[in-house]
Amino acid sequence: MLDQSYYRKTDEIIEHYGRKAGSLIPIMQDIQAEYRYLPGELLTYVAKEIGIKEAKAYSVATFYENFSFEAKGKYVIKVCDGTACHVRKSTPVLEALWKELGLSKKKHTTDDMMFTVETVSCLGACGLAPTMMVNEDVYPSMTPEKALAVIEELRGKG
Amino acid sequence: MIKNKEELLQVRESAREQVAAYDCRILVCSGTGCIATGSMKIYEEFLTLTKDAPGVVLDFAPHDEGEHEHVGVKKTGCQGFCELGPLVRIQKGEEIIQYVKVQIEDCKEIFESTVLGNEVVERLLYSKKDVHYKHPEDIPFMAKQTRIVLENCGRVDAESLDEYIAAGGFEALTKAMFDMSREEIIEEVDRSGLRGRGGGGFPCGRKWKQVARQKEKIRYVVCNGDEGDPGAFMDGSVMEGDPFKLIEGMMIAAYAVESTDGYIYVRAEYPMSVKRLRHAIAQLEERGLLGDNILGTDFSFHLHINRGAGAFVCGEGSALTASIEGNRGMPRVKPPRTVEKGLWEKPTVLNNVETYANVPKILLKGADWYRTIGTEGSPGTKTFSLTGSIENTGLIEVPMGSTLREIIFDIGGGLKNGAEFKAVQIGGPSGGCLTEKHLDEPLDFDSVKKFNAIVGSGGMVVMDTNTCMVEVARFFMSFTQRESCGKCVPCREGTKRMLEILEKIVAGEGEMEDLDRLEELANMIRSMALCGLGKSAPLPVISTLKTFRDEYVEHIVDKKCPAKVCQAMRRFAINPEYCKGCGKCAKNCPVGAITGVRKECYHINPKLCIKCGACKDNCAFDAIYIEE
Repeated sequence: MLDQSYYRKTDEIIEHYGRKAGSLIPIMQDIQAEYRYLPGELLTYVAKEIGIKEAKAYSVATFYENFSFEAKGKYVIKVCDGTACHVRKSTPVLEALWKELGLSKKKHTTDDMMFTVETVSCLGACGLAPTMMVNEDVYPSMTPEKALAVIEELRGKG
Repeated sequence: MIKNKEELLQVRESAREQVAAYDCRILVCSGTGCIATGSMKIYEEFLTLTKDAPGVVLDFAPHDEGEHEHVGVKKTGCQGFCELGPLVRIQKGEEIIQYVKVQIEDCKEIFESTVLGNEVVERLLYSKKDVHYKHPEDIPFMAKQTRIVLENCGRVDAESLDEYIAAGGFEALTKAMFDMSREEIIEEVDRSGLRGRGGGGFPCGRKWKQVARQKEKIRYVVCNGDEGDPGAFMDGSVMEGDPFKLIEGMMIAAYAVESTDGYIYVRAEYPMSVKRLRHAIAQLEERGLLGDNILGTDFSFHLHINRGAGAFVCGEGSALTASIEGNRGMPRVKPPRTVEKGLWEKPTVLNNVETYANVPKILLKGADWYRTIGTEGSPGTKTFSLTGSIENTGLIEVPMGSTLREIIFDIGGGLKNGAEFKAVQIGGPSGGCLTEKHLDEPLDFDSVKKFNAIVGSGGMVVMDTNTCMVEVARFFMSFTQRESCGKCVPCREGTKRMLEILEKIVAGEGEMEDLDRLEELANMIRSMALCGLGKSAPLPVISTLKTFRDEYVEHIVDKKCPAKVCQAMRRFAINPEYCKGCGKCAKNCPVGAITGVRKECYHINPKLCIKCGACKDNCAFDAIYIEE
């Protein structure tokens, strides 16, 4: 059961975008930005509030890669594997992060909920390939060593 | 509030005075690239330096005239040279000095020497072959470009409406609204020959005409900012570097087709674009340039931003409108086309960022002027993001019809570290690879199609001889397969089967029949997929198969990867000259494939070897190498 505060926050977000079917995606984006994932209970609640079927809300939420029903880590690291980054060796960066954090293709988030590692198809900073993004900050010209240094720094911040 | 045309002219007048009153402007690049290398700290540092300097005034105030030095610290859009960031320009009057790789420690020196004094800090200039370049326009990378869409990037504060107006912003809109009829606007755009810059190259004016003709009076203007092609960042740079220009282009479209609502769909990975656009829209609404009764006329226009949610397919028109409506972003069968039934089933003008950003200049300088740039069939310029194995990576804009040689060698400065050119991939996952023999072909919408590629949105990834083309084809296929929305069978199943075959080939298990199967599948998808993205998904395979067939055959028949990229085909060997017989490799080998006698050269059994590279990585004498 989610705490009442979740519903209050969701009401605020729904109010902001309006009770209409077209608001579904921005509402889900804001909920996810707030809680770093999309709690299923809230999605059901949103569907009811904006007058769409629950099945419809789930069909949209599962279509887009950005929505996650599982909680993500405090730091979401997106390693760019776009063309420019790929040809400038982004794979070793990803593998180094996986190894350091005990993650894999299947396991994306560390047990302590600190880090989530994902790949992304292009961050739009191709001039500085390979890149990665931590939450909303882009890190340029990555190497496995530099990526591990970033992890150390973030661990220091807690 | 700007209530009418006269007030806009007054605002422009005073904004120009304000810009002219600066004795010096410090222009800090705040594109995604430079922010990543720390340009916002540089910006803060310059702000502090300016505020603390005696006799220097940061903000313009008329009564300060003569007594103080006016210094402006501004955040500009992408200055182009992303790899050499953080970039800073110092502008005094017409002269601009370009500094590259500016660090926090350098700011004070720049401030004292160049801002307050008149000296140049030579070590921070761009230099090549012992030549120092002082002005951005002298640097070969910049000198050979023609900047129309990007003209304000690097010159104007990307967050200031006043600066945009001072630079001539909204002149085109007022011309359209007060001096032209709606038909004339559309006619001018049509006559300019502007073609959609999102990839397809559909004539923009024709699209507007078709929308204007519809009986339905509720119409929408939508901007596709879902730049999903990996390796492309031009539209992102325009949205964050000159958001007002994009909005002005959309407003002209809206005025011409009598639309009152517009939407910009921005991909999720561009938070900076969203931020700048929101900021721009807020300023325009506050000043009355967006909203009801713009400039005292009956033209009303409201602009909304929708953020993407990580689906590549939303770059396709009907998927994009579905996503704005709050649905799964899946393309639908056409006709009816977007111009008839687009967003919420209403007639919709849907163009991409760069297309709209071209519009103001076309109206202002006329279709005839526009047609003098570029080629007969594809007038104007095209922005490209130049990346990969190239000396100068960054954002460029060149006339249509420029050759690849001009772009890669003259502007791009050739390959990185003098490597040998192999191919250039253009058009992203919907495009193809061009090679040495295409270097002198003019690049425009029609010419590139002949070589099984597309100009696409403008991603250009240069590859050297260390790139395996089969692996590149596999890379793109894994991208399109992952991003396939799943609605139509040819794309959903076809890309999966093609990917399986490519994976088999790079794993060294391919058969010659696989090439026929690949071709068969490619042709099937190309002719039967539902949407443009699906239809073009096999292009990277088709074009590499055609140009680099030998490489595929080598992978299949000889089980060799000529570029030594494909892990499964690497053959490790020990060089007897360097091997000291220490036995470390044998200990490290997880499968016991290495045997030998101490103090003599060890040997790798290729039948047992799993090509993991553990031996090579840990050899203290660099004795282990990958065989040719």
